[in-house]
Amino acid sequence: MINRTLNRRTMLAGSLVLGASSLAAPRMAFANAPGERNLLFVLLRGAMDGMAMLAPTGDPGFAALRAAALPDYEGATQIDPLFQLHPAFDQVGKAYAAGDALFVHATATSYRDRSHFDGQDLLETGGSRPHSLRQGWLNRLVGLMSDGEAPRALAIAPTMPLALRGDAPASNYAPSALPEASADFMDRVAKLYADDEQLAGLFAAALETRDMAADDGLKNLRDATAAGELAASLMRGTDGARIAMIELGGWDTHANQRGAFNRPARQLDALLGAYAKAMGAAWDNTLVMVATEFGRTARYNGTNGTDHGTASATLLMGGAVRGKRVLGDWPGLAPNQLYQERDLRPTTALESVLAGAVSEHFALDPARAMKNLFPGRSSAPLNGLIAV
Amino acid sequence: MSEISHALNRFGYGIRNGERPPVDPKAYLLRQLAEFDPRPGPLAQRPDTSGEAGELLQIIRRSRRAAQQEPSAMDDEPGQSRGRDKRAERLEGLPPEYRDKAREAFGRYRKDAAARLRIAVASPTPFAERLVHFWANHFSVSSGKAGTAYEVGNHEFTAIRPRIGGRFSDLLKAAALSPAMLLYLDQFQSIGPNSTYGSRQRRRAQGNRPQRGLNENLAREILELHTVGVDGGYTQDDVTEFARALTGWTIPGLARIARFAEEKPGGAAFVGVAHEPGTRRVLGKAYPDTGADQAIAILDDLATHPATARFVATKLARHFTADHPPQALVTRLERNFLETGGDLASLYRTLVNAPESWAGEPAKFRQPFEWFTTVLRLAGVSELGDSRINGALRQLGQVPWSAPSPAGFDDIADSWAGPEALLRRIEVAERIARNVPADDVLARAETAFPDALSDSTRTWLARAESGAQAMGLLLVAPEMMRR
Repeated sequence: MINRTLNRRTMLAGSLVLGASSLAAPRMAFANAPGERNLLFVLLRGAMDGMAMLAPTGDPGFAALRAAALPDYEGATQIDPLFQLHPAFDQVGKAYAAGDALFVHATATSYRDRSHFDGQDLLETGGSRPHSLRQGWLNRLVGLMSDGEAPRALAIAPTMPLALRGDAPASNYAPSALPEASADFMDRVAKLYADDEQLAGLFAAALETRDMAADDGLKNLRDATAAGELAASLMRGTDGARIAMIELGGWDTHANQRGAFNRPARQLDALLGAYAKAMGAAWDNTLVMVATEFGRTARYNGTNGTDHGTASATLLMGGAVRGKRVLGDWPGLAPNQLYQERDLRPTTALESVLAGAVSEHFALDPARAMKNLFPGRSSAPLNGLIAV
Repeated sequence: MSEISHALNRFGYGIRNGERPPVDPKAYLLRQLAEFDPRPGPLAQRPDTSGEAGELLQIIRRSRRAAQQEPSAMDDEPGQSRGRDKRAERLEGLPPEYRDKAREAFGRYRKDAAARLRIAVASPTPFAERLVHFWANHFSVSSGKAGTAYEVGNHEFTAIRPRIGGRFSDLLKAAALSPAMLLYLDQFQSIGPNSTYGSRQRRRAQGNRPQRGLNENLAREILELHTVGVDGGYTQDDVTEFARALTGWTIPGLARIARFAEEKPGGAAFVGVAHEPGTRRVLGKAYPDTGADQAIAILDDLATHPATARFVATKLARHFTADHPPQALVTRLERNFLETGGDLASLYRTLVNAPESWAGEPAKFRQPFEWFTTVLRLAGVSELGDSRINGALRQLGQVPWSAPSPAGFDDIADSWAGPEALLRRIEVAERIARNVPADDVLARAETAFPDALSDSTRTWLARAESGAQAMGLLLVAPEMMRR
């Protein structure tokens, strides 16, 4: 287990370096040991549309780019004059109101091309070029925190995700009830078979006989809730994992985005809500970071969907977060404000958000954390994200 | 269409994760015949089950005698493969001794089925494995009938595997007279009416004791399904005469006849006192009474019969090329079979060297076992428990040695390419893809189907939102469904 003495000393020293306020000190004392601080990293695979999650309906450009999306935000939670939260994020909205959630908008890693595989490689390894590093930044974080014994790190996934692969000890655990992006997978199989007369025919007949969609949503919501509860159960208590990671797919919303986004968004919301509830008192010492490989085009395409883009939004949740804020410089949506005249322009480095949040949360030296987790970046880690 | 892709997929079980595609497709296939291991690791460790089936039948007889009735559950109809739960349910209420033994038998069956899959997944000689499975299906036995669960795996492992490269006659004799076949097609209880045993039974037959006599099942199926085929020119008299010649061939361990039983290679037994005496005439030829060898002599002649050559050539061509195979290929194979008197190695060389074997787009819809094996090889899944393997195969609709009739599993697309079957493959694929490393899926797809990957598949793999999703799509791509 964790060498508490060493870790506490590190933590205290780190707090001093950061200039911890006296207000934060009692919380530290109650937390008993820094080893009881928890981190859950939620990786959204497929490029989650930040402009759908946290819609800039207050920007006059939004209606011009996405008129078809407007009905989703009628009566949706107003986060501030500029942003409204997508209605699927019921639990997240409540956490925001309670001061347990913050958003950083227009974030992106240093990756500027548009391949899911390469984008995820960068987000998971922390490298500045695809396939330049073979180990994950989350694994290196475990290494950074291992003054004595390493904190327990766990991926709730059937195979070890790249973000947690590396020299530091980490394990993975696969429940049978991980939410699946089955409906999305089925859509893609349909496209894969479009040119194949025999398989397209069989597939169409199969879908007719099985009404997939109806049951799929409910089952996946149940699974998402179960996955959130499972993550919490694996992290509670001194023997639990301190660092965990979970993945959620289904975000590649190229067509009919309103429905296609709503599905995984409800899953994510259910997962986060169930996790927060099940963590109980430990929620106060918990940081959840929800990130994706890149964002999507600002304008709806011809099929009312969005294609691979650049900047997205990042969500931080947990009792440890200094919440109820939207951070980041809003780049605007006018044609000349868009990146390459098509994507939301990135204004905050996602690496700075991640490195800043974890170093504050675990009282690590921010510069050292940045250099180690995301080497070769010029941007500085953000501060003031966590209530230390 | 690329010959390398045909060598891998049409003739084999696809590429293994990490394997490099062959350079010379024909040499690659022919080399496999030489390098084939008839007894790989999992089989060397298999316990000897000879005698177990006989013991099970003895338990049934004892129970029946005790109950003075015939519980119908004990005689499952051949070929009815049942789910495990249903099977367990049916075992309830039966004598504990029988229940335990039956459970043990099904356990052996599941282990054997899993071993068969694992061997195919790991095999460096997948073409040879395909031939094993082709012949196992030609000489199909099924696990439904009492006792067969112990023996159906053994049938393939010990009667068929070591003989796929020899002469057809040797393969035929070993397969048709294996304990599994003798059980499955009722030969074990066929008794010559004029044999010592038959006469004595008739003299004693009084009251309600059921009397056993000649059973024609095996004789008929050897003619119809294993050798000359339904149009092979035989008559009912040929069937009956052949059945008489086969009397005495049975399984060991049956108490009433055990003391007369003579052990035969392959685990069968011959009981001379149950053998019908006299000369037999089959397909116009007389066979003097040589005891056990009388049936052997008939089998030897059937094995080289011209109708057998045509029947085997057609099935082999159908299996490897198309549901309606090119006539030129059938003729080539048939001619070679006749010339060599059924030399199988020569037959495979003819198949590999025939231009028709390499022509055209993939036309065969992969059967569930083939698809699953190919999937596991491609995805690099090496460790899968017995129950997961059996569960997946059941879900996909093809558990080994559970064909619905002695004709074996159908070898045409119409029997396998159904909407529900496709959906199940998609579900299994998605599950597997989430559990394997999914790096460089596009590159792996190019390796698995050299010069044979469609633009459409390439496009949709490249557009997948994650490696796992790309892997899932690859596993159900059209290239994976047909070979």
